Amino acid sequence: MTAEATTEKARIGAPSIEGFTEEGEQLVPAKVDRHHSHGVQVMASRAERLTSHDVADFALPNGREEEWRFTPVRELANLLSDAPSDAGVLNVAIEAPAAVVQRTLHAGEAPRGATLVPADRAAVVASANTDDALHIQIPANAELDEPVRVVLSGNGAGRRSNSHHVIEAGENSRAVVILEHDGSADHNGNVEVFVRGGAQLTVVSVQLWEDDAKHLAQHDAEVAKDAVYKHIAVTLGGKIVRLNSNVRFSGEGAEAELLGLYFADAGQHLEHRSFVDHNMPNCKSNVLYKGALQGKGAHTVWVGDVLIQKQAEGTDSYEKNQNLVLTDGCRADSVPNLEIETGLIEGAGHASATGRFDDEHLFYLMARGIPEDVARRLVVRGFLNEIIQKINVPALEDRLTEAVERELAATDN
Amino acid sequence: MSTLEIKDLHVSIETEQGTKEILKGVSLTIRTGETHAIMGPNGSGKSTLASTIAGHPRYTVTSGSITLDGEDVTEMSVDERARAGVFLAMQYPVEVPGVTMTNFLRTAKTAIDGEAPKLRTWTKDVKDAMEKLRIDADFAQRNVNEGFSGGEKKRVEILQLELFKPKFAVLDETDSGLDVDALKVVSEGVNRAHAEGNMGTLLITHYTRILRYIKPDFVHVFVDGQVVEEGGPELADRLEEEGYDRYAKGAGPAVAAPAAVQA
Repeated sequence: MTAEATTEKARIGAPSIEGFTEEGEQLVPAKVDRHHSHGVQVMASRAERLTSHDVADFALPNGREEEWRFTPVRELANLLSDAPSDAGVLNVAIEAPAAVVQRTLHAGEAPRGATLVPADRAAVVASANTDDALHIQIPANAELDEPVRVVLSGNGAGRRSNSHHVIEAGENSRAVVILEHDGSADHNGNVEVFVRGGAQLTVVSVQLWEDDAKHLAQHDAEVAKDAVYKHIAVTLGGKIVRLNSNVRFSGEGAEAELLGLYFADAGQHLEHRSFVDHNMPNCKSNVLYKGALQGKGAHTVWVGDVLIQKQAEGTDSYEKNQNLVLTDGCRADSVPNLEIETGLIEGAGHASATGRFDDEHLFYLMARGIPEDVARRLVVRGFLNEIIQKINVPALEDRLTEAVERELAATDN
Repeated sequence: MSTLEIKDLHVSIETEQGTKEILKGVSLTIRTGETHAIMGPNGSGKSTLASTIAGHPRYTVTSGSITLDGEDVTEMSVDERARAGVFLAMQYPVEVPGVTMTNFLRTAKTAIDGEAPKLRTWTKDVKDAMEKLRIDADFAQRNVNEGFSGGEKKRVEILQLELFKPKFAVLDETDSGLDVDALKVVSEGVNRAHAEGNMGTLLITHYTRILRYIKPDFVHVFVDGQVVEEGGPELADRLEEEGYDRYAKGAGPAVAAPAAVQA
């Protein structure tokens, strides 16, 4: 009996990732010992990260760089090369309410490139190789009662695709834009978002790729005065997916919520990075990414950077990552980084927790008559529902719930 | 009338030092309406018996049998046992991430009954049972056992006992870690479930104090994986005065022939 008690305590109290406390304190970059960084480039601040429109500014990564150290870069040669899209590799289908304006923007044609400045090799070659960026414009004061749906379907594994989308929500508009990715491709996709004053915009990026797809993405948003931006990344498919969701502000009183849900199976690498740059006073941000992992070699990464600059007084920010490990052989990396340059803030918090669904949980539920497959579903569905419920598009919520069920069914065998 | 019959049960576990036998021939018969207390010192195998009845994978039945109305329980999976009417109130209920109590209770009730409970009466049943056990209403929206205190976890175990209405309840040290008030509340819950007349109870405890609130019909003393003495409620009183010392190794069974009581 004593042994059981000890085991339980160890399981609940112990950090699940080596070198990692529940709070993630040891990983705040300011505390990283620069003399022992083993070749990893350590920056004084997230703000020092290179951004540029020029391909020549970004060398090919070797995997030892801070921003690439979790990523299997050797498998990304095709995506990191400065190469055009293969012909017909991506079908793009758009459903949009009549009020929405669709056109294209050349490189350098405003507002393209004003907010999204590439921050890594993948993003810079994506934009450099996209002649015409799709521009989705929601007019000022428009309130869309249906979401804008952009379905991007890849036509072949290993075939290169570049894209750059510009989503612009006019002042005081209300809209939801859904980007759905399916099929297979080596897809480099940049998304640039402008949320103008007082607007409320939700962007949902859904990755339902086939098992052999690879997808690198940089989603950058600029949120203006009193505007509300919500970005939700839902990644279930793909062999390698790496999505950066970044936000900064151009006025006070703005809010940003960056949410994510991912479910990695055997052999999948699903990486999500977020960066909230509190560069203006009195803005709010909330970051929540939740992931489930199952199967040998399932690997997820979350790196959440929040920078509260000196002038950003009155900032209220929080970020959290939770992972649920369902089987042996998975790896969940979780790195919250919080930099605070002013003490005059409302709040700044971060948390990370990785838990296991283990035999004791299963025993408890089964001892109440619940069959094993139902028990697993119950736990995963409950865990991921918190994010799905925040999408507020019933048809998409239903489809994603079904997709999660299919992921679970895959382990029942 | 149902019967849970345990016959000459031998149970072992795998340890780093090899296979270790914990239960060394346990026989016990419990019928509907009866309350049996199993008492014994730490490490005597009481909780092993409880977990084995529920089917915890850590424990291997090497010989002997457990039957419920003649059906072989050891052949059933954990969830089948629960659906057959066996309920284990656990000593250390685990926290289950991502599942609210409401969702959990409804899913379990549906599994046990084979059909979903009628929503209106079920909601009321849950609410009433929670009130009687003095469980805050907001627990319903919290995840199963997450952040609950030790006492709250035990109340939630008894809540399930009252809602699932098993044929046999095995209470594994439900009294441990409870203050007097919580002990009373929990005991009343067990007594309510018992009073419905369709349940037999196996009450496992180290201490006699819960027996002031839940009256056993039979008391079995467990030492080193065996029943060494059996009797009526008066045996518990004796244990309270004398402790377990007289069963210490070498003293030998005070009374021979297990199962004599049921004969």
